[in-house]
Amino acid sequence: MSGNRSIRITGGVLLAIAAVAVFGPWLSPHGFASVDYENILASPSLADMRFFGTDEHGRDLFVRTMMGVRVTLLVAIVASFVSLVIGVAYGAIAGYVGGRLDAAMMRFVDTLYALPFIFFVILLMGIFERNFLLIFVAIGAINWLDMARIVRGQTLSLREREFVEAARLTGVSTMRIVFRHIAPNLVGIVIVYVTLTIPQAILVESFLSYLGLGVQEPQTSLGTLVEAGVDLMESASWTLLLPAAVLALILMCFNFLGDGLRDKFDARHSQ
Amino acid sequence: MLDVQGLTIRYGDDTVVDGVDLFIDRGESVGLVGESGSGKSQSALAILGLLPREAAVSGSIEFDGRQILGAGERELDALRARRIGMVFQDSMQALNPYLRIGVQMRQIPLSHGLAKKGDADARVIEMLAKVGLPDPHRQFRAYPHELSGGMRQRVMLASALIAEPDLLIADEPTTALDVTVQAQILDLLEDIRDNTALLLITHDLGIVAGHCEHMIVLDKGRLVEQGQTTTLFAAPGHAHTETLLAAAPRVDRGDVPAAINGSTILSVSDVSVEYRDLRAVRDVSFAVREGETVAVVGESGSGKSSVVRAMLGLVPLSAGRVVYAGETLEGPVENRLKSHRRDLQLVFQDPVSALNPQMRVRSIVEEPLRVHERSLSASAREERVSEILEKVGLSKKYLQRFPHQLSGGQAQRVAIARSLILQPKVLVCDEAVAALDGSVRQQVLDMLREVQADTGLSIIFISHDLAVVRSISHRVVVMYLGKLVEAADSGSLFATPRHPYTQALLDSVPVPDPVVVPKRAPLRGEVPSPVNPPSGCVFHPRCPKTESKCSSKVPSLRDVEGSRVACHFPN
Repeated sequence: MSGNRSIRITGGVLLAIAAVAVFGPWLSPHGFASVDYENILASPSLADMRFFGTDEHGRDLFVRTMMGVRVTLLVAIVASFVSLVIGVAYGAIAGYVGGRLDAAMMRFVDTLYALPFIFFVILLMGIFERNFLLIFVAIGAINWLDMARIVRGQTLSLREREFVEAARLTGVSTMRIVFRHIAPNLVGIVIVYVTLTIPQAILVESFLSYLGLGVQEPQTSLGTLVEAGVDLMESASWTLLLPAAVLALILMCFNFLGDGLRDKFDARHSQ
Repeated sequence: MLDVQGLTIRYGDDTVVDGVDLFIDRGESVGLVGESGSGKSQSALAILGLLPREAAVSGSIEFDGRQILGAGERELDALRARRIGMVFQDSMQALNPYLRIGVQMRQIPLSHGLAKKGDADARVIEMLAKVGLPDPHRQFRAYPHELSGGMRQRVMLASALIAEPDLLIADEPTTALDVTVQAQILDLLEDIRDNTALLLITHDLGIVAGHCEHMIVLDKGRLVEQGQTTTLFAAPGHAHTETLLAAAPRVDRGDVPAAINGSTILSVSDVSVEYRDLRAVRDVSFAVREGETVAVVGESGSGKSSVVRAMLGLVPLSAGRVVYAGETLEGPVENRLKSHRRDLQLVFQDPVSALNPQMRVRSIVEEPLRVHERSLSASAREERVSEILEKVGLSKKYLQRFPHQLSGGQAQRVAIARSLILQPKVLVCDEAVAALDGSVRQQVLDMLREVQADTGLSIIFISHDLAVVRSISHRVVVMYLGKLVEAADSGSLFATPRHPYTQALLDSVPVPDPVVVPKRAPLRGEVPSPVNPPSGCVFHPRCPKTESKCSSKVPSLRDVEGSRVACHFPN
């Protein structure tokens, strides 16, 4: 599949999923937390607009899955955005200034890498009690490290480029060099990396939720839904399979999108 | 032997070679010349069957009466190894960095049944000796990175000729080498060719004039003219050939700009530059006068770029002083006075990497104004930008372009416009025309001369190309291994070079005139590593005049009839 086509197709699928997640629950006659004891564990059917059936409390699984998609995408995008902002600023400054500051900043990153992540999260949960915000912080706190390293490496090579030297000679200020000359040339690699970070963040969030460390009831996320589905796997397989399929589809799309974007930017570099 | 008819190569809708005919007889040497994008390399790759799959090739390529266009890989393989040898510009790319020289070379005779297992190594070593590699037994066991560029190109030549092919195709084989080494390789090519025909692809008319019996001129994928080299040089039949010839500078004759008597505007005295254990520049002094062009000339490792970079504050000085308009310039460029920074500007060799790919021409050229003349209104800025672009020969329509939408010559004009917009007093051109095609280079040089005449700009012109230097500089500074070896007015330097190295440099430059018999390579060996320079006079291991004194005593600079020379036995 050529780069452009994979970008268009996966981008389209993701937009469609996002649109359904936003408008679906709103159009459905069922509420995401409304309990219906008449229809416990109903199997999926089009007739009732119960596309995904119901769970063990009779709550509509389609609406709940879409709510889960909302939460999952939100967590992933916000966490990626956090890692983007911190990582780019941190990496660009370390790379451009260089010398001792660079060494100190990067050793700090190495130290953070050494922290066992899950242990770190459980510790935070213990101190601050379970909090939705913590998930953003925890995921962002891990992901920006990779971003900072990548951006620093790229900045190091950009710094040696002659157009940066020309700007120094002219008297352009360091801040202006970083934001006007270095940063725009990082855009390609950063976009690619963010699209590859998002599925990572989604996985981490699902994993935490699956462990029961994530989003709390009645709020839900794809990870929470999958966890609930595992218990009912034998009696009502759709409660596991359908949310899991949506999760897999989203992950796949982001991965393909990232690959497509990387091919596209690589091609431009090599020309 | 080789008969190419109507060769056409297309990439999609893009025709890069359009109906080229080419004929090479046994033992003949043919030069294929043209500017970048003329299709000369593409034609050669087509003959070798090495074009990428996307290329649509049509026409006919016959080798010894056999059609090889569209032949199978197996047949082409046999042909390439035994009948057609090839040498490319970049020897590092063509050799496997993980295999010893001998191991990769012995594959050639072995895989084509030219030698038995026991004899292959002896054959390789014999070949390495034939291409003039010192101590071939040792080179046999060396890895490619352990050899210098010139030695690697000799290895390439040995690999290409080991099967005694009927045709050797050499694509810019000496372009990446220093001039003194280029002269050696060209001589070698001549000497060991025997009966092998040669197709030499080059942009340098001097090389064609000295080494090819026939020449073929390409322009934008079309063959414009072919014939005897002497005939074509004497009476070019096509306007494009005439343009190429007119744009080829000559080092041996032509007007030299007369010396200028002005006051000194910029001087470096006893400047040294060190990078860790490498002394790139050692005690170099020279001065630039107002309105004067001073060329700094040398081969790789001479320190010519380092000395001006230190002058500009891009790399730190380890000793010495830089004085501009009576004031000492100190520290890195960031710490210098704004007025000093705007007065000294630099133009780089590669315009593509010197322009930010994400910025439009307008923003690139106006950026210095935003820094130094903040009070300027948008419309006044716009006017200054258009004015300077016009001066460097670009119309307003280029304002909105991105660098990748410009040709090499246009991009270099943009870079020069950026450097000139603040009306500097000194412009440093670091190999600024080296990457440009002949005719474009002429235009850019003319433009620089014009600006100089208008504004009294001083220019420091760093170059390895003495033929170009001759036409533009008033004075020349020659450097070798970080030392200044000779400094003189252009008039006297080109007429009577005092230092043997200057003499050798002048003799190494190919002259674009087949009537002038090319001189034999004047120097043996290559530039030694600047990390561990020779004792005494750094030039003594390669110097034809060397005596025992030269290896023990460092020659000081002295005056010889107006030239400054660092040699015990100057001319």
